Amino acid sequence: MLTEYAFWLLSFIAVFSGIATIISKNPVYSVLYLILTFFSIAGHYFLMNAQFLAAVHIIVYAGAIMVLFLYVIMMLNLNDLEIEKRSNILKMLAVASAGLLLVILSGAAHSVDAMHVNANNVTPAGLVEDLGIALYRHYLLPFELASILFLAAMVGAVYLSKKNLNETQA
Amino acid sequence: MEILHNIYIHHYLALSVALFGIGVFGVLFRKNAIIMFMCVELMLNAVNLALVAFSKMHGDTDGQIFVFFIMVVAAAEVAVGLAILMMLYRNLHTTDTDSLNELKG
Repeated sequence: MLTEYAFWLLSFIAVFSGIATIISKNPVYSVLYLILTFFSIAGHYFLMNAQFLAAVHIIVYAGAIMVLFLYVIMMLNLNDLEIEKRSNILKMLAVASAGLLLVILSGAAHSVDAMHVNANNVTPAGLVEDLGIALYRHYLLPFELASILFLAAMVGAVYLSKKNLNETQA
Repeated sequence: MEILHNIYIHHYLALSVALFGIGVFGVLFRKNAIIMFMCVELMLNAVNLALVAFSKMHGDTDGQIFVFFIMVVAAAEVAVGLAILMMLYRNLHTTDTDSLNELKG
């Protein structure tokens, strides 16, 4: 019973702060609301008994990615944005296409058979042990390839943030 | 952790669809490249939530492994994307996507 209340509360927080993310004028507030969304999604993972993912989600998203966002916003000093001037036609088109996508997706979601999301499913999937066994047995190759992806991303980020990129290219 | 008695896969899918829709709307509606980038993260998280719910529904770890790799790709994407944003700001002194019109004929 308590977990159901927790589900609705977390869902409300997630949707509310998601909306607040896209409508707040100040990018710093957007980042903070997005962190709130991520925390409520981590709470959903806890409710589903996927504890390892919940911990990793908080560490990676709230701890690393959003700090990177905040750091860039502070470095670019974007606190005082000028009011965004999108033409009304584009705004209407954005509302129409996002609403259409929402309708289509919810139509697709409706046709799914009603099944319980069982936190204690037969194999207790989601604890560190099960995930570790799956990751290092069946998914060993993708796991190792992820390191190459990170190396490429690191080299790309370092190269892009070189100061005199323009002079060397021109 | 007790079983979620009255919570079906529909509920998680509805939440996931709502978050994904918010993300799409944000990308289409806002002009600030950083906010658009954050909305992409929101969409990735909506998909992650659906994947974990399906993984729990079937009692299979594979969905959660997918979520793990999505997180990996998202982290790499943020590192490169924010570097691109820094370059953009250094050259144009704005992160407004409407100012990126050099290829316009």
